Amino acid sequence: MHGYAGKLLEINLSTGKVKNISLKDDILRSYIGGRGLAAKILWDKLGKEWETIDPFEAENILLVFTGPLTGFFPGGRVCISGKSPQSNGMIGSTVGGEFGIDLKCAGYNGLIITGKAQKPCYLNIIDKEVAIKDASHIWGKTGKETLKILTKETRKELHEKFPRYGELKEPSALYIGPAGENKTRVAAVMAKWTHGAGYGGYGGVMGSKNLKAIVAKGLGPLPEVENIEKVKELIKKVCKKCYKEELWRRWGTGAGGYSVGAKSSSEPIRNWQEEWHDEKSFAVDKFEQRLWIKQYWADYGCPTACLKLAMPKTGEFKGAITDNPDYELQAYLGSNLGIFTPEGNVYVSAMIDDLGLCGIQAGNVLGFAAELYQRGFLTKKDLDGIDLTWGNAKAFTELAKKIAKREGIGNILAEGSYRAAIKLGKMKNVNLLPYVVHEKGVAIGAHGIRSGKDYTSNISYACSVQAGDHTSVAALPADRRGEMATIIEDSGVYCFFNTFSVDEDLIWDFFEAVTGWRITREEWYKESGLRILQIQRAMLLLGGPDYKWNPEKDDENPPRFYDPLPSGPYAGKTVNKEAFEESKHEYYQVVGWDKNGVPKPETLRKLGLKHVEKKLREVKILA
Amino acid sequence: MASKKRIWIVRDYMKCSGCRKCEIACSLFHENKIWPEASRIRVFMLVPGAEVPHLCVQCEDYPCVKSCPTEALSVNSETGAVLVDEEKCSGCGICIDACPGRIPHLHPGKKRILICDLCNGEPECVKVCQEGKWNTLSVVKRKGWNETLRAYSRTPEEITRELVINLYGEKGEELL
Repeated sequence: MHGYAGKLLEINLSTGKVKNISLKDDILRSYIGGRGLAAKILWDKLGKEWETIDPFEAENILLVFTGPLTGFFPGGRVCISGKSPQSNGMIGSTVGGEFGIDLKCAGYNGLIITGKAQKPCYLNIIDKEVAIKDASHIWGKTGKETLKILTKETRKELHEKFPRYGELKEPSALYIGPAGENKTRVAAVMAKWTHGAGYGGYGGVMGSKNLKAIVAKGLGPLPEVENIEKVKELIKKVCKKCYKEELWRRWGTGAGGYSVGAKSSSEPIRNWQEEWHDEKSFAVDKFEQRLWIKQYWADYGCPTACLKLAMPKTGEFKGAITDNPDYELQAYLGSNLGIFTPEGNVYVSAMIDDLGLCGIQAGNVLGFAAELYQRGFLTKKDLDGIDLTWGNAKAFTELAKKIAKREGIGNILAEGSYRAAIKLGKMKNVNLLPYVVHEKGVAIGAHGIRSGKDYTSNISYACSVQAGDHTSVAALPADRRGEMATIIEDSGVYCFFNTFSVDEDLIWDFFEAVTGWRITREEWYKESGLRILQIQRAMLLLGGPDYKWNPEKDDENPPRFYDPLPSGPYAGKTVNKEAFEESKHEYYQVVGWDKNGVPKPETLRKLGLKHVEKKLREVKILA
Repeated sequence: MASKKRIWIVRDYMKCSGCRKCEIACSLFHENKIWPEASRIRVFMLVPGAEVPHLCVQCEDYPCVKSCPTEALSVNSETGAVLVDEEKCSGCGICIDACPGRIPHLHPGKKRILICDLCNGEPECVKVCQEGKWNTLSVVKRKGWNETLRAYSRTPEEITRELVINLYGEKGEELL
């Protein structure tokens, strides 16, 4: 089992009991780690009663998994999952930083967190020792305060525990902000100040377990690998390719803030009312000219450094620190809110970080609320006096605080735009669903499909097992372009941004050099990857308890994507319903689903998933 | 006569991305493993954005060498690096307290101290830093004894405290 630290750590927060779990080689070979292994373990533990489990109740399980390639493939990440309070399925949500490295160096591949603590706590993993500690002093604190206190405390503890070691590096932490504590469905699991695992809503799951943070410090090495010389060579190869992409390194995805809006017309503007803008304030270098920027800020082993830190040095937003908004946040906390100044964009992003909100999910619901305000469905009174006009950065941060604290209207918006639309619609006696841009309860990433000029297509979100997740989209052909390719990356648990310029074979070589297993393309796309996809699909279709998705109705694009684009070079373009239906059915066929989008019994049997078939029959999803 | 191998590693904290390639390269070279805490250079991140590569500065008076009760530490006459005799080192940690920057640290797997040995004049950490064009670490020649080197030996906290001000201005004071 090369590449693996050897065991998983299971922590029951209700009882305080901790145990080690070892997994068999064949399980690891099939499910790898991260998202794949999470699907397997989650189904084994919760599959039988999936549809009855409330994601915010103690029965839900939070998984924090590394993969065999974490720490070896340049740009390590960690994958968070569990039953999602957004989709009611399972989403593999990854986040960058050093946590995965520390966890492996501490001797663990991952954490299975069950139950619910009686009062706020945090997990402290120092090498092989695990402690559940009181977190009452950090409960309610913002991200920056939380991390500052945890770093100080754990450094002190390291000095006490290892008095003769000298200075040990600070531990890594995953944590939640107030948005997670208050069980909003739009909260992220945060790392460093600005990194978040946002899709899925697992910040709220941590909050529901009274778990404020997980701190890990490993003193050991990364696990043994099959062929260290080959690993060294492959690290060099990947880095060399990445280092050549100088503009990508310099700007990250932030270069998209103008080009995606202006050129491909696929950027959300004022809650997707448009997808085109010509605001050159979001052109590639404007942020750098107007703000202080740390141009290169990387996570462990990363050659690309696509995220940067930013801070306005003057004006009303002076001192707001966040990552220099990447494309997604330029879109969702910029243009989607009608904000077109780098300063305003950074200010809102910094607040979203501090509150522990997901920039995409929160940006989506903030934009949704502002459109309701624009159309008169929500009044200033409804918003407790907030004047939620487009571009008003201060107003949006005020509303974000209310969402994170579940105060007033924030209590409804904290449910995410889909659930909020239904609640508000009932209250106002009006259908608000046409204004929600979501997929199965998950806000859609900032890559629209109407112009047809972005990497996304008509089935990207509608057929994805991760719903609105723009990093894991359904695609035809269902190979490296599509979701199963993301599953390998989310299961090996490394950053796919560092794979853009490398050949596919190098990925399989890397797996072989680390684990010793030669996974073939055929094996992955016809078997292992496909198996993980089916389990995630089954969990998504089971859904519940508040909402269940019927693929005939819900494998669908949001209504807004059928409105013609009103402006820009692709004005008039929209999604063709017939073409969508055709692509959808073609996709169903390729991945082995029936005409209603349900995994066929023979597909499941061939993949050794008879128990999944049995469950789907029990609840009559399969006839 | 100064040896050709007598070098010094210049560190520009403001440029450090925190990619930690230096740690990876160092531990792969010395341990044949990726081992963050066994790396002779380690990047501290007490405040995000303020990444501090921490490694031996070869003080002109070598207080660590003087402090060693078992004579396990010596100075390489060619490179100026502090060398550790693994057999003699008892892992007592006295050199850590003697170092103004608390830079030496115990090997997390063996009972011995870890101090940068300058890779015999061709440091691996600098190579990878240069490959990545980060330019946080670079090598300069040492022409003789530079009396100010000891001033670079500071704890991660001391360096961070100043760095955060440079990075974040007055806001930096709240962050550490």
